[in-house]
Amino acid sequence: MIELIIPAIISCILAFFVVYFTTPPLIKILVKKNYTVKDMNKKENVMVARPGGISIILGIVVSELVLYGFFQLNEILAIIITTTAAFVIGYVDDRKVMGGWFKPVTLAIAALPIIFLGAYSSDLAFPLFGDVQIPLLYLGLIIFMIPITGNTINSIDVLNGVASGFMVIASFTLSICLFILQNYEIAIVSLPLGFVSLAFYKYHKIPSKIFPGDSGALTFGAMYGVIAIIGGVEIIAAIALLPAVINSFLFLSSVKRVVEHRQIKGKPVEFTSDFKLKATNDKTAPVTLVRLILAGGPLTEKQVGFAIFKLAIFSGILAIITAFMMGVSL
Amino acid sequence: MKSGLYGFLFGMWGLIIIGGGIMVVLLGPFSIQQFGDFHWIISSGIKVTISLILVVIWILILSKLKNYIFKKELKF
Repeated sequence: MIELIIPAIISCILAFFVVYFTTPPLIKILVKKNYTVKDMNKKENVMVARPGGISIILGIVVSELVLYGFFQLNEILAIIITTTAAFVIGYVDDRKVMGGWFKPVTLAIAALPIIFLGAYSSDLAFPLFGDVQIPLLYLGLIIFMIPITGNTINSIDVLNGVASGFMVIASFTLSICLFILQNYEIAIVSLPLGFVSLAFYKYHKIPSKIFPGDSGALTFGAMYGVIAIIGGVEIIAAIALLPAVINSFLFLSSVKRVVEHRQIKGKPVEFTSDFKLKATNDKTAPVTLVRLILAGGPLTEKQVGFAIFKLAIFSGILAIITAFMMGVSL
Repeated sequence: MKSGLYGFLFGMWGLIIIGGGIMVVLLGPFSIQQFGDFHWIISSGIKVTISLILVVIWILILSKLKNYIFKKELKF
């Protein structure tokens, strides 16, 4: 057991502190180079550095390389390659506005190393009912999973601190579930994602000093998707991600087509005179999670963020219950 | 409103558990042997088709559930 504990501690410390110490200088460099965007939810004209994906990927790669030194698992290589590819895809989108096809197609290609490295099992495990073997279908699932998790996290990156805070809750939930299922090596490999998210949350929380950008959000989402596949916990991972899934589902079912957020004309949310967020009555605007939360009345940005975190904790509890149900067979 | 969101989350969770059960019961024992070396490709193709139908049904039920839970809020 000690051979697992030491790598776990070293990688978690590295994951946290690499992001913790590299983000402040990154903010300075980005501000100096004028890589900033307006924080749309602030009364004043606040400019925030972007993208923070650079420090996020650094924390992930350093910690996972250390883990690879200990375990030499193909699964770790799959995490490093696919997550780095997702970061590059996001970074390109941060720098240059790409078409709606760009992220889904390139993220699907980024998932291929998981297949080539054989870092998956084609059994899909369900609670209470057991496994089902779907060799061909599972390859399709891998190709679709990374674009879905990447874009799902990207779509919830709408308010200060929400994407990173949500990832803290979802990724630690996934790690707990992997420990419950006694998949210890993958559980340890998954821990850096939680610690990287936690360190980044310090700078991303309201009022944000840096935004993750597409590069950060896709890095978070892609790594989460890879862990779900290599750990054989796809269903549990989907449950832990449900609030973000709801957000995407509401958006798609209201606009009825795959479209980039920036192409939508209608505004789902507006501001009150005291600068609280309020749901609009605009019928052309998409229905989103934030808009539904605000249907009960105006709230501050911080209150909406915490409402999303509470939903994430609730779905995290459901995911942990599901992990326990995996051991029960009807 | 917030209780509606928690209810919707719980409903989605239930649908995932039930949908998973149906998938295991339907697809688990499914196999075709009479096509020689290609039996696994044909078998997988049929499994893919059944899975896609199940996903479409799942989305339709979820859509109905969403309209039922948020019938007041969705009058934006």
